[in-house]
Amino acid sequence: MIERRPFLNVLSHGVLLIGVLVVAFPVYLTFVASTHTAQEILQAPMPLLPGNQLVHNYVAALTGSEHGPGSAAPVGRMMWVSLVTALVISLGKIAISLLSAFAIVYFRFPFKQLVFWMIFVTLMLPVEVRIFPTYQVVSDLGMLNTWSGLTVPLIASATATFLFRQFFMTVPDELVEAARTDGAGPMRFFKDILVPLSATSIAALFVIQFIYGWNQYLWPLLMATQENMYPVVIGIKRMISGGDQAQQWNLVMATAILAMLPPALVVVLMQRWFVKGLVDTEK
Amino acid sequence: MALEKRVVFRSAWLPWLLVLPQGAIIGVFFFWPAAQTVLQSLQQQDAFGISTEWVGLANFQRIFADPSYLASFHTTALFSILVASGGIVISLLLAVFADRVIRGALAYKTLLIWPYAVAPAVAGVLWLFMFAPSVGVVSYALRQAGFQWNHLLNADHAMTLIVMAAIWKQISYNFLFFLAGLQSIPKSLIEAAAIDGARPWRRFWTIVFPLLSPTTFFLLVINVIYAFFDTFGIIDASTEGGPGKETAVLVYKLYYDGFKALDLGGSAAQSVVLMAIVITLTVIQFRFIESKVNY
Repeated sequence: MIERRPFLNVLSHGVLLIGVLVVAFPVYLTFVASTHTAQEILQAPMPLLPGNQLVHNYVAALTGSEHGPGSAAPVGRMMWVSLVTALVISLGKIAISLLSAFAIVYFRFPFKQLVFWMIFVTLMLPVEVRIFPTYQVVSDLGMLNTWSGLTVPLIASATATFLFRQFFMTVPDELVEAARTDGAGPMRFFKDILVPLSATSIAALFVIQFIYGWNQYLWPLLMATQENMYPVVIGIKRMISGGDQAQQWNLVMATAILAMLPPALVVVLMQRWFVKGLVDTEK
Repeated sequence: MALEKRVVFRSAWLPWLLVLPQGAIIGVFFFWPAAQTVLQSLQQQDAFGISTEWVGLANFQRIFADPSYLASFHTTALFSILVASGGIVISLLLAVFADRVIRGALAYKTLLIWPYAVAPAVAGVLWLFMFAPSVGVVSYALRQAGFQWNHLLNADHAMTLIVMAAIWKQISYNFLFFLAGLQSIPKSLIEAAAIDGARPWRRFWTIVFPLLSPTTFFLLVINVIYAFFDTFGIIDASTEGGPGKETAVLVYKLYYDGFKALDLGGSAAQSVVLMAIVITLTVIQFRFIESKVNY
């Protein structure tokens, strides 16, 4: 604080409070809608305080026991699909990137620069841009509606490799020398020294990639055509069909809350690593 | 980039084995499809995929002669300018005030960052629900105030809806980067200016804002990329590119032409155009980051 300015202090808190409320309002409304019956929501204006249908709506959404005009696949299964997809994408990316970054930093081999640039180029093109041929490849390999089809193509990007490369470059050379003097081979050094040292970077990357995996939309929209392979984000979209009057808004909104909960928890509970991950992956 | 470790391990085969998993995945799911995209953009397939012929640049001529494609460029430009500028202004405002407060700083931060975790498609559904013409709370309030909101009929309303949803989702990202930028400004500079009699408003425009310009520029590029590529879910879940084609941004049109209209050549040509755009943006961003590191 440079000087006392009571007016500015009040203004700061005022602006921040308004910001927080505006940011939270859509989610509050979603929560309120998920605690009422579908009829109560349709009577405009809908109630602005929570109702008493919370348990009923969430159970109905999770088990898919009530039919609206759209899809009524059980959200419980979708949450499972989303969880597995997000974990495979984040952990898979971390694993293959640790290995290739280790090779690029700690070995000299022919065409190393070429390999490095090949990986580097993948940073430039998001999957959206080459969506159709990627879809064809996956479909030719018979991977539609499979776990590997939902996850492996999304692992093909180099963000994590670069983060680990940056980090490995800062690890002191003396550690390698010491390990070699003690007779440790490269894989021993990797497993016992390098990976434990990278724990913070791994955690940071995990947060970012978990959210990335959980929130995927366009790819699973094409990839998952059977209800039992819908991730929850796709499930919500499939539940909405027809005009606004016809929706089971209470169930759609309960599903939306369920879809937001896991990644939001990861962000809030792992806030420190989240911020580090965001800043690091952009460098 | 040319930096090398002084001490390295020696092995003829181990490094290849280590890069193999990533190499195989990017080979099959990145380079092969990317090459296919470029090839298909130069070919024309009939609707059943039976015959394929080389047509040179005809697909490109066709898409650039198509008024709806040019309109989609216009839509995308408008959309990304609105999302980037709106998001940056709001986040900067919040970050400047969050940097000032001491009490409750962590609480404000936590309450502002979580929209990052919301999937774009879910964000689209949330905003759709608030603004749904017949049941939405906000559209009801607007109607009471004498304003007829209907994004199903009015293109400006539809654009406003997706811009608001896109900004809402991106505020947390911009906010965190601005806050980090503000906290890295040396306090002594601000104090010196204060002693010289500069008031907060003046200090912001003459010291803080210029020192933040690298962050602002970086966020500008990132937000444009975000508006181009990551907002597909928002649009598909809320307006579906409508009414008509007024909110069909380039990625949406690419998806629609490829998967709904089954125009492979045209869709591949659109992909190549998008590739060129995103490569340009990325190069600008890397150039800029290098220049920032070197000063």
